Amino acid sequence: MWKLKRFLGQFKKHLILGPLFKWIEAVLELLVPLVMAKIIDDGVAAGDSGYVLWMGGLLVLIAAVSLGCALVCQYYASIASQGTGTILRREMFAKVGTLSHAELDVFGPHSLITRITNDVNQLQLAVAMLIRLVVRAPFLAIGAVVMAFTIDVQLSLIFVIAFPLIVLVLYLVMSRSVPFFQVMQKKLDRISLLTRENLEGARVIRAFSKQASEQRRFAEASDDVADTAVRVGRLSALLNPLTMLIMNAAIIAILWFGGFQVDTGRLTQGEIVALVNYMNQILLALTVVANLVVIFTKASASAARVNQVLEMKPSVREEQTAPVSLEESAPFLSFENVSFTYPGSAEPALSGISFALNRGETLGIIGGTGSGKSTLANLIPRFYDATSGHIRIGGRDVRSFPFAQLRQLVSVVPQKAAVISGTIAQNLRWRDEDASDGDLWAALKTAQAADFVEKLPYRLESRVEQGGKNFSGGQKQRLTIARALVHSPALLILDDSSSALDFATDAALRRALKQETAGMTVVLISQRASAVRSADRILVLDNGEPAGLGTHEELLRTCPVYREICLSQLTAEEVSK
Amino acid sequence: MSVKKFDRDVLRRLLRYTRPYTAFLVLAMLSALISVLLTLLIPVLIGDAVDCILEAGQVDFTALARTLVFIGAAVAGSAVFQWLLAYFTNLITYRTVKDLRVQLFHKLHTVPLKYIDQTAHGDFISRVVNDIDQVSDGLLQGFTQLFTGVVTILGTLVFMLAANVWVALLVFVLTPLSLFVASFIAKNTYRHFRGQTAIQGELSGYVEEMVANQKLVRSFGYEARAAAHFEEINTRLYAEGQKAQFFSSLSNPCTRFVNAIVYAAVGVAGAIAAISGVMSVGQISMFLSYANQYTKPFNEITGIITQLQTAFASAQRVFAVMDEPAEEPDPENPAVLPHCAGEIGLSHVRFSYDPARPLIEDLNLAVKPGSRIDIVGPTGCGKTTLINLLMRFYEVDGGSIRVDGVDTRAMSRSGLRSLFGMVLQESWLYSGTVRDNIAYGRPDATMEEVTAAAKAAHADSFIRRLPDGYSTIIAEDGGNLSQGQKQLLCIARVMLAGPPMLILDEATSNIDTRTEILVQRAFEKMMEGRTSFIVAHRLSTIREADLILVMNQGRIIEQGRHEELLEKRGFYYHLYNSQFAHDRQEA
Repeated sequence: MWKLKRFLGQFKKHLILGPLFKWIEAVLELLVPLVMAKIIDDGVAAGDSGYVLWMGGLLVLIAAVSLGCALVCQYYASIASQGTGTILRREMFAKVGTLSHAELDVFGPHSLITRITNDVNQLQLAVAMLIRLVVRAPFLAIGAVVMAFTIDVQLSLIFVIAFPLIVLVLYLVMSRSVPFFQVMQKKLDRISLLTRENLEGARVIRAFSKQASEQRRFAEASDDVADTAVRVGRLSALLNPLTMLIMNAAIIAILWFGGFQVDTGRLTQGEIVALVNYMNQILLALTVVANLVVIFTKASASAARVNQVLEMKPSVREEQTAPVSLEESAPFLSFENVSFTYPGSAEPALSGISFALNRGETLGIIGGTGSGKSTLANLIPRFYDATSGHIRIGGRDVRSFPFAQLRQLVSVVPQKAAVISGTIAQNLRWRDEDASDGDLWAALKTAQAADFVEKLPYRLESRVEQGGKNFSGGQKQRLTIARALVHSPALLILDDSSSALDFATDAALRRALKQETAGMTVVLISQRASAVRSADRILVLDNGEPAGLGTHEELLRTCPVYREICLSQLTAEEVSK
Repeated sequence: MSVKKFDRDVLRRLLRYTRPYTAFLVLAMLSALISVLLTLLIPVLIGDAVDCILEAGQVDFTALARTLVFIGAAVAGSAVFQWLLAYFTNLITYRTVKDLRVQLFHKLHTVPLKYIDQTAHGDFISRVVNDIDQVSDGLLQGFTQLFTGVVTILGTLVFMLAANVWVALLVFVLTPLSLFVASFIAKNTYRHFRGQTAIQGELSGYVEEMVANQKLVRSFGYEARAAAHFEEINTRLYAEGQKAQFFSSLSNPCTRFVNAIVYAAVGVAGAIAAISGVMSVGQISMFLSYANQYTKPFNEITGIITQLQTAFASAQRVFAVMDEPAEEPDPENPAVLPHCAGEIGLSHVRFSYDPARPLIEDLNLAVKPGSRIDIVGPTGCGKTTLINLLMRFYEVDGGSIRVDGVDTRAMSRSGLRSLFGMVLQESWLYSGTVRDNIAYGRPDATMEEVTAAAKAAHADSFIRRLPDGYSTIIAEDGGNLSQGQKQLLCIARVMLAGPPMLILDEATSNIDTRTEILVQRAFEKMMEGRTSFIVAHRLSTIREADLILVMNQGRIIEQGRHEELLEKRGFYYHLYNSQFAHDRQEA
């Protein structure tokens, strides 16, 4: 948790003054029972109403000053805690922006999201509590003991015994019940897993008529949740009665032994009342301390999770920021004996890949699932860096480009058609913020998306819901293709990105790409032989290794893997057509 | 705090669920009553004890000892009943909530599929998990604190009035001040909290979308623009969050202040009463501890009412699902087909998802037993709809579907569905072992039968390579298997069930080409003698079909065998050739 200390730096003033004011309030609060003892012993005993009123006025004054101090503290606390949270969120989000695919794979999106939202909230709460209670509660608890000592050392021994006893009970009950909350969370996760399964598998479950057994599974999980909750509840329900028991036992002891002290005249009645009041204060303060311990335990777990992200070093780094000029004579895209192994994996995902592609040419990549097609595509824009070998664009190693230039040169249409909530126009302007409507329509037209966008009531300004829920799979895919075409990229990578299109649209798309974007180099990944067969060159991948490179006709003659793929999808007659 | 009629109705309905636990409820109330009364008695007894210790030489040890014994008994009794109260309320709450959850889940299986298709899954899950949790918190707090709070307030009043009417009235008049302050703060805070929650939601939504699509963000170099947008939301969140936190954190010091004023007033009034001889010091001490405690139940009740409102809103979301109309019940004496030949007839079938947009109007079809029907057509043409109707996932709006001459509506849904084996494009497996997943349709199958089915689906070899073979637990969402492997398991599942008819909806779309050929062969063997419906958008597998249905916009526009349809030079001809259109132009 201390590693995150630096984020508190700019709130030094708040972190010192906040607790200071809170401390003043606590000191004043400790004085109150003493003043009350004075009222009883000096006022009531002497029958002096004037004195009583004076002291009453003092109590009101103490209350007012306390209030003032508390307000100052709360104000500082709110600024420092929310401020820290805001800075943390900003840093986390910016950090995530610098991570490369390898690190993103390590965390997974779901975990990153909780870290930026829930974990930061937890830390924010901890900062607020740090200012508001960390000084106050222990001070009140210990202060009450000290004040008891100033009244009577012998009776204070009761405090010395009761204090650790209460701490012990708090510790025993909480150390046993708090870990259960994680267990509970796990069991609740199972409830949500089963619900999700049953929603997603509604058709299969009904097809097999398995409703009864699914309900049994769910009832078991719910029973488990209820049983655990009752068990934890039974345990934590001990906390209040037990601490109250100890405190009142202590009060009984104070009254009994105090009786002797008063009898011998060493103590007054008012002082006994004060001791009883201090005892009450200790319990309240210690309960707060116990809750603080829980908050800080949670916060330190959150801090560790936040730190993991902040300390993560991106594996793909920008070597320099000055733009690089391309060599006109070199092939536009070339792979020289490129291999790649995913971090933590023993087997290479790609090995010995070499090819060269001239400006304006199309490379088709075909192969089965898991043959390394997408991996190859990910290496070109440096989502991952090749483990060995060289990838060059315009004769320059991709590692020598600044990120911004590389992203302008290379445009990717990913396999999963993802659009962002907003308008269609906003989605299309991802590559170029200043693209004109005309540019957008041109891209839509090439992507075969113009016809359906034109039919939408607000055309380019139509809303896209989160995850593009209001568009069909095919429409989303065409939008993502259009998005990649805006601000004409020099190299377009289509990663199996027409899988949701029917054959007619797919063919029309490929035709349009050929005609409208002359001069653009294209890498086209597909499972369909019909999609790659007209490419200038086709790379056949089998288990991460090149199985063939050439034109359709060449490969049919020389590459058995390619022939097999073609024959499984087309008739022999169609293959040779 | 006005409790609206809406809340009352929800409460009444919610309380109905506690009915099986009425005995516990009565015990809980009783425990609450006893523990609160004993707790309130303690300050009185302590006051009595203080009065036994007047000054030097004036300590009544016999009375003191007796009072202390009473205190001990009251404390012990109060502790025991406090624990019992917590125990019973726990029991009632968690059992009630469990029943509620199980019923809600049960609803999931009785609503028409249309409801599931149209509901956001996350939203439904949140109702099952979070909303029910809210209800449980609300009930727990409601049962314990609301009741004890009310008893405490009333009890305190009675005890104080019994001790001294005037000082009691003073407390009585001053405490509403703290309520007033608290509600004033709450009202102002609420506005900021609402603002904060809204912005927090916006921020979470943005983070979720951007981080989930972080790879996209990187590939488009969108990082800086995303960060700028995020910072704009983040700044607003700070402004509103800081205010919300500050205002809400006022409530503790402010009520403490009012408390301190009450405390001072009681002290002064008590002291003056003591000077004039109408009160003892012990009674002052009692009043002081009441003054300290008295505002607490008021504040708690205010808090509980807010929490109850949240709980009621959540309960309402739960009940909304429960009130969804269920599927039409199965007929009382459903028709059964012990030996299904597999003849299927559709006559004048009419169906649409949305009444405003007619989809299928007057669909007629006669399928001979054992034939293979392939359905083709552009996306959204109604291919999957036909399957929805055959399986009665959706009901026809008009016309009828018959299996072996029996109207499917005369059968039970489970009876009808058991006639079909279905493999869908989206492969669904549950979080159990590989074996249990394959045996999903026939849990009593032997291990030999399971392996035989896996072998037929070409899944056996990869299953054996899994860490625990057939006993490997499939991770949530099948994370430890590839899409293709999952699909193979779904195929094995159907092969084991061996139903009289088959439905394959793009069943091999995720399998690599070479395995696909093998699986296709296994399917062909399985399809022998079985009526099969196949949806494919790869036209290459279609040539062996006995009948091809070409669908467009919900209608069957052409039907026949592959060669016949090509000769027609109609829609199918164009669809089939479109995949080579590009190449033609080149050639």
